[in-house]
Amino acid sequence: MNVPDDLFYTEDHEWVMVEGDTATIGITDYAQEELGDVVFVELPEVGDAFTAKDSFGSVESVKAVSEIYAPVSGEVVEVNESLTDAPETVNEDPYGEGWMIRLKLENSAELDNLMSADDYKEFLKEEVG
Amino acid sequence: MPVQYSGALQEHLAVRKAVGVFDVSHMGEIEVRGEDALPFLQRVTCNDVSRLGDQQAQYSALLYPQGTFVDDILIYRFARNHFLICVNAANREKDYDWMLKHRSGSVSVEDTSDRYVQLAIQGPRAADVLQQLTPLQLSTIKNYRFAVGPVCDVECIVSRTGYTGEDGFELYLPPSAAEKIWRALFEAGKEVGIQAAGLAARNTLRLEVRYPLYGNDIDETTTPLEAGLGWIVKLSKEEDFIGRQALESQKSEGVRKQLAGFEMVDSGIARDGYRVFFDSCETVVTSGSYSPSLERAIGLVYLPPERAVPGEEIAVEIRGRKRQARVVETPFYKK
Repeated sequence: MNVPDDLFYTEDHEWVMVEGDTATIGITDYAQEELGDVVFVELPEVGDAFTAKDSFGSVESVKAVSEIYAPVSGEVVEVNESLTDAPETVNEDPYGEGWMIRLKLENSAELDNLMSADDYKEFLKEEVG
Repeated sequence: MPVQYSGALQEHLAVRKAVGVFDVSHMGEIEVRGEDALPFLQRVTCNDVSRLGDQQAQYSALLYPQGTFVDDILIYRFARNHFLICVNAANREKDYDWMLKHRSGSVSVEDTSDRYVQLAIQGPRAADVLQQLTPLQLSTIKNYRFAVGPVCDVECIVSRTGYTGEDGFELYLPPSAAEKIWRALFEAGKEVGIQAAGLAARNTLRLEVRYPLYGNDIDETTTPLEAGLGWIVKLSKEEDFIGRQALESQKSEGVRKQLAGFEMVDSGIARDGYRVFFDSCETVVTSGSYSPSLERAIGLVYLPPERAVPGEEIAVEIRGRKRQARVVETPFYKK
């Protein structure tokens, strides 16, 4: 199970990469594996604003739908449009080309509420066994 | 059978392009024997059992007096006094009790589900793969016919039937031979890319060709006429059958609802149970999913006959938002 060290994580299996005041968000390797083949990704528009824990979109596989929640608050500055035609990228490269949105961070203190890679690994162990 | 083995999309496409194997042992088998087996089955099913010759199969249904489904079934005739009925897993007990209750004359009804493992080998290469394991000449087993003979030296029922819309076979075999035959199939099919296929693929394959699923598209509140299965109802057969009167009335009055296929126009996948809106009415999606072969979201829904026409627009509520969909012709997928 891939859990890159330099990212933050949520209990809903999203990851966050922070660069300055921009947060790039996607779903984790664990999440994409649980979902199965992703066939559809629904993402917001640039300019939409979210508060932490708001649902900002959804990821669908043949058998399941999962909402995706904003780990932190902010305004959408970029959306990964390539996922419309190639949703399977989420399965193939969840931490790289499978990124979903970029938010302009509203409050960097919110990052303290997220899990580190080690915390997330622990969390997975408890969740999955 | 798990939801998926290697991936639902891959498994679905493997069945359409090559061959996939489903472990469908959960299905039930009920054996009907006796001198009065044929008249009994004529009475409890809506299709015409007298059309069956030995080693022939028929899709049919057990109906309630109001013409609605107890279950959809497959009837296999071994001989005039010996039939095997394949029933849905969830309805096995219900069907068995129903048949026992309506027995009359010299007939025995036995639930023999535990005697059989059932494997479905489906896809354009299914025959090539299975032929390697049996001396039975598969090319002589035509659609909806079956033979009894050795597969891996074990006596099996080999039937050219399936739930995918592809050519293929359903094997009924003794549980003790299951592992041997499963392994042999995969060995024989290695070159053509045989895949184990699970529930997700099973569902998307059958949905694409508009095969109904009991509990979703058909149940005790729907009739074969409403479900677009009028072809399994033989009102002209001599014998009276349970549900006949109700269906005759429905036929002359016209159905009030009809199972229609739709595809999403707006983005989103319509799933089972999602609310559907048209005019000032509301209903639900009976079956809905993403179609791997068509790369589109498709589904089935009951609509009034005048709305169940290709081109008619309906709205499906997906995660709180109403999105456009459109009635289309079915089957959605054609070879």
